[in-house]
Amino acid sequence: MGRTLSEKVWDAHVVRHADGEPDLLYIDLHLVHEVTSPQAFDGLRLAGRPVRRPDLTIATEDHNVPTLDVDKPIADPVSRTQVDTLRKNAEEFGIRIHTLGDPDQGVVHVIGPQLGLTQPGMTVVCGDSHTSTHGAFGAIAFGIGTSEVEHVLATQTLMQARPKTMAVTVDGVLPDGVSAKDLVLALIAKVGTGGGQGYIVEYRGDAIRALSMEARMTICNMSIEWGAKAGMIAPDETTFAYLRDKPHAPQGVDWEAAVEYWKSLATDEDATFDREVVLRAEDIAPFVTWGTNPGQGVPLSEKVPSPDDFDNDNDKRAAERALEYMGLTAGTPMREIHVDTVFLGSCTNGRIEDLRAAAGVLAGRKVAEGTRMLVVPGSGRVRLQAEAEGLDRIFTDAGAEWRGAGCSMCLGMNPDQLAPGERSASTSNRNFEGRQGKGGRTHLVSPLVAAATAVTGTLAAPADLPPVDVAVPENV
Amino acid sequence: MEAFTQHIGTAAPLRRSNVDTDQIIPAVYLKRVTRTGFEDGLFAAWRNDPEFVLNQPEYGGVSVLVAGPEFGTGSSREHAVWALLDYGFRVVVSSRFGDIFRGNSGKAGLLAALVTQDVVERLWTTIEADPGTKVTVDLEHKTISAGDVSAPFEIDDYTRYRLLNGLDDVGITLSHEADIAAYEATRPSFKPATLPAKA
Ligand code: SF4
Repeated sequence: MGRTLSEKVWDAHVVRHADGEPDLLYIDLHLVHEVTSPQAFDGLRLAGRPVRRPDLTIATEDHNVPTLDVDKPIADPVSRTQVDTLRKNAEEFGIRIHTLGDPDQGVVHVIGPQLGLTQPGMTVVCGDSHTSTHGAFGAIAFGIGTSEVEHVLATQTLMQARPKTMAVTVDGVLPDGVSAKDLVLALIAKVGTGGGQGYIVEYRGDAIRALSMEARMTICNMSIEWGAKAGMIAPDETTFAYLRDKPHAPQGVDWEAAVEYWKSLATDEDATFDREVVLRAEDIAPFVTWGTNPGQGVPLSEKVPSPDDFDNDNDKRAAERALEYMGLTAGTPMREIHVDTVFLGSCTNGRIEDLRAAAGVLAGRKVAEGTRMLVVPGSGRVRLQAEAEGLDRIFTDAGAEWRGAGCSMCLGMNPDQLAPGERSASTSNRNFEGRQGKGGRTHLVSPLVAAATAVTGTLAAPADLPPVDVAVPENV
Repeated sequence: MEAFTQHIGTAAPLRRSNVDTDQIIPAVYLKRVTRTGFEDGLFAAWRNDPEFVLNQPEYGGVSVLVAGPEFGTGSSREHAVWALLDYGFRVVVSSRFGDIFRGNSGKAGLLAALVTQDVVERLWTTIEADPGTKVTVDLEHKTISAGDVSAPFEIDDYTRYRLLNGLDDVGITLSHEADIAAYEATRPSFKPATLPAKA
């Protein structure tokens, strides 16, 4: 019988299989950042163990680095200690590290792909749940805990039980102004935040094939938000074209061999999935969340739901609590919700294409009075490229703040936080209570909606804005 | 991890039940970036109380903790086990442990010995009568003895095997080193490496 994409990649990495035991899987790439690694390195030191494959490991600082004054010492002592500790550990164990100020510093899930280190058919892990991002290349990629980080550092392997397989098929063509973020938010609202538990998901269908690599990463990034172990998309010409000129892409005959292998990874026609979900691209509209988990979302054109709209008691209670925390009244049109802060960035939507999309909306327009907008590129390189394309000027001319690279307000570990009661439209992936700052209220949105919202000061799509007459730079 | 076959040491009676991991080590002590040094957070809420058992001079240098039921329930923090180990404990005895705590103990090399509450009571009486009493914990035979008390304890076979052989998760995987090396030899040359760095 045929095999699925994930089964092929899994099988190719089994170092040891014993019945009744988890498989011992080989790890091709281990990404390391400052928050989840210190105890792992210390564990190695205590046991007198080296890092087995420094050449398959790469570190960067992202979770709690500042995005302003990056050339000055980090003010917060806990953050500074974590960053310093990572630098020392990288040096001691011989690991490549990209520190603040380096073009390849940035959100760990942005730099793997931009360096061409994330490739099809690989296994990729990191002590961070959004490692699923790398699945966009047809890799099995998932987040791990600190003891597992130590395990991978020491052995380059992980013990893993084989997950079940699921297909999410999106047929048709996404309407104009509807992006990957809208698609994945609509999917999560449909299947629920636990819908993917125990599965590696393969996203497929015409609408997925038509997406750029950046957009595919946005989709795979959010896999964890509906509980999936990992999300994957079969590699194709779009993938190969993206990788071709990346620094660590295979060269010469290696490239030919690699592409031939990558092409063989697609799910066989006679393969079966344990579960299948089907969506029609035409049904998807700009989508925003109203609640405190990523599954609590509605199309932008709808109203804040009422707890009575839900059938089961759990959902009712969750909706009640969410409305209270979010300070929202059932029945309010989503478009009437005022937003204090717009955050454009994160490993979900902090790549160059996301910045271009938002800049395209902001060109010739202004951020509304009473609203602030933070633009945080996913990496130093994204920042440089955006500046080369003049996007930074569009943002600053519109009144937005142009910042250094990092996770920033995605999780508010650095000074970029919401104040209690402050409301954001955020292109990140989690709208949990307090995620962006204690008492902060988060609406998850796409970059297009983020930009339009910044202009109106209330949740909005670009189509809601009156036209402007400006010359928009190429690419935008 | 050090192999654990038999341990002999003095013990402290912790006459409290439901000591959860927040009480073993409060969250404020979790910010450290090391795997060691957590002893200062151990039982932090009680450490300033001169009456607290670990503050009694006769219980200095103890390595066995005889605790009330429901020890180590609550949050999954591995730091609770590290704090006990850092303080110098090698064995915790109780009639009921939190599941995650028990699992974490086995992984880090702390023996969590499950006995009946009756045994706990008899150990308490013996230790309190003479805090210098040596407690012998024999993992091979799964017995604990102190003074006149001698009793079996329970521990699952796999954890016992790991402790007897001093195997942590990494150690177990490294026992398959030959398989890992064999796999590495078959990796195609087009797979990327982070070193040397290319820009
Ligand atoms: S950008 Fe946000 S989700 Fe992504 S790695 Fe950073 S904190 Fe995690």
